[in-house]
Amino acid sequence: MVSIWFFIGISLAVNGALILGAGIYQMTNPPANPVVLFDLHANVWWGAILLVIGVAYCFKFAPSRKS
Amino acid sequence: MTELLAVAVPNQLVRLTPIDIVIVVFYFVLVLSIGWYLKGRANTGEDFFMAGREMTAWVAGLSFLSANLGALELMGWAGSAYQYGILATHWYWIGAIPAMLFLALVMMPFYYISKTHSVPGYLRLRFGEPSRALSAVSFAFMTVLMSGVNMFAMAKVMQIVLGWDINFSIWVSSLTVAIYVTLGGLRSAIFNEVLQFFLIWAGALLIPILGLYEAGGWSNLKILITQRASEQYIHLWSGLGSFSNNPMGINWVGIVFGLGAVISMGYWTTDFLVVQRLLAAKDLRSAEMAPIIGAGFKMFVPIIVILPGLLGLAVLPEKLVPESVAAMTGAHSYNDVLPLMLARYCGPGLLGLGVTALIAGFMSGMAGNVSAFTTVWTYDIYRPFFNRQASDQHYVNMGRWTTVVGVLISVGTAYLVMQFASIMDYVQALFSFFIAPLFGTVVLGMLWKRASGPGGFWGLLCGTLSSIGMWTWVKIDPSALRYVALSPHAKGLAQDMFQALWSFVVCVVVTVAVSLATKPVPDADLKGLVYGLTAVPAVGDVPLYEKPLFWAAVVTVVFFILNIIFW
Repeated sequence: MVSIWFFIGISLAVNGALILGAGIYQMTNPPANPVVLFDLHANVWWGAILLVIGVAYCFKFAPSRKS
Repeated sequence: MTELLAVAVPNQLVRLTPIDIVIVVFYFVLVLSIGWYLKGRANTGEDFFMAGREMTAWVAGLSFLSANLGALELMGWAGSAYQYGILATHWYWIGAIPAMLFLALVMMPFYYISKTHSVPGYLRLRFGEPSRALSAVSFAFMTVLMSGVNMFAMAKVMQIVLGWDINFSIWVSSLTVAIYVTLGGLRSAIFNEVLQFFLIWAGALLIPILGLYEAGGWSNLKILITQRASEQYIHLWSGLGSFSNNPMGINWVGIVFGLGAVISMGYWTTDFLVVQRLLAAKDLRSAEMAPIIGAGFKMFVPIIVILPGLLGLAVLPEKLVPESVAAMTGAHSYNDVLPLMLARYCGPGLLGLGVTALIAGFMSGMAGNVSAFTTVWTYDIYRPFFNRQASDQHYVNMGRWTTVVGVLISVGTAYLVMQFASIMDYVQALFSFFIAPLFGTVVLGMLWKRASGPGGFWGLLCGTLSSIGMWTWVKIDPSALRYVALSPHAKGLAQDMFQALWSFVVCVVVTVAVSLATKPVPDADLKGLVYGLTAVPAVGDVPLYEKPLFWAAVVTVVFFILNIIFW
């Protein structure tokens, strides 16, 4: 059976990639009404963290790695 | 889709961008995919109702915690932190941790060794059919009603926060839950609860990080709160010497004995919604470790719930008001603090993740209610009272149909609440009537072999009736609160604490009195059910770090340190 942790990895990786992408887009196209602390670009580094954790989970708990 | 999600509400708190909507839709696709994937693994009763009893300690523990970590819980307690300050943390520490550890070390062996399918099922084994029937009928009825009340409340939140149409929120969420629980049973509900746990942390953790950065750190946050509210908002215990010395209007007796010793014990050790997750553990050690793992994480949930409320108090330019004032003035209420903080710091993508966390919290809470209702209905009501001899496959089919019916009753309740708002207060009050006495009955059943069947039944019934009586008394004459809570300065929350405390006392006194006046249960019938007559298997020759007792001690030490730090 596919591990629950693999599904969590998929969720974190996809969400992380989408948030990272949105963050990079906003860095190059700053919004007219930015959120508070926009200069910290939280969506870039938070998206990257989620993406890395998600990919690590997907790799570690991939169904193909099970005997 | 965008049009559906953008039903106009003039003062909605946040507006989703396309990337946010993609994240929300992806969540729905993922949970339905998990349900579809697990449908082939829910063919027997043990699979469908107990997830095959093969969950690891981590999965059972996170699911146990998540079943309680609903969206309304998150938003409500963040609002309470704004309203009452750090005192709200008591509901996460003394109001949870001792109960979880007690469940793990004292009660779990009896639940697990008896191989019961449910808490009412344990009552039948220990006290007989009348106690099971009383507990099962009240639990099933209240669980499905509570699910409907929560459904309506969440749809209302989605309308206020996102501008979504109430009917849209109710039907999309309930149909999704119905599909994935019907397909995969308890295993599907548990998988999605663990997924929700990660989504909530991923979606909510940024708020305290960025909030503390903006406030200038914890020390500066305390100064800001003291300036904007009072010093009592940042102390856990020092203001609890008297009812009038803290914003909650409660004292330490209510918190320690009402909340810590009765309400939380009742909720965390006998509410089948959370206990069901532990019964699905693969062995006794996992079942014992699961609530300890849950307790370890529970201690840190205030970071994503209480801290945003405190930060809102310090950094939000506007002053939030009670719900009743907000309804009249159009201002934001205390309960809006979490979405306001979300909108303050989270841009496109992050906002979608935060909203997804709220939706996930709501849906997994509903799935928890529905799966618990399904099990209790099938095993504790339908099988003993309507069809005792059917095949296992028949009961699985009954479980699937009950899931659908349970969701539909919840939807019906949600629409009923929409028409008659006061029903919500009554349903929530009704649910609280059963928790404290049930704990008295179960814990006496497990620890005192002299407790008899009639003693258990009459104790449970009298405890519940006393709780209803006190609630009705205060409802008719609000000044009666001074007698229930033993102080003229007591406020609403104190009523809950003391009402629970007295109903527990009534339950215990009646159980003891009736038991001593009736015939004892033979020891042979109590094996595997009662302390002293149950051989609890030893943990075995495992390293110290794999022993539940060791981790319970670690959690206890951290619990005391945290309470002293924030005294």
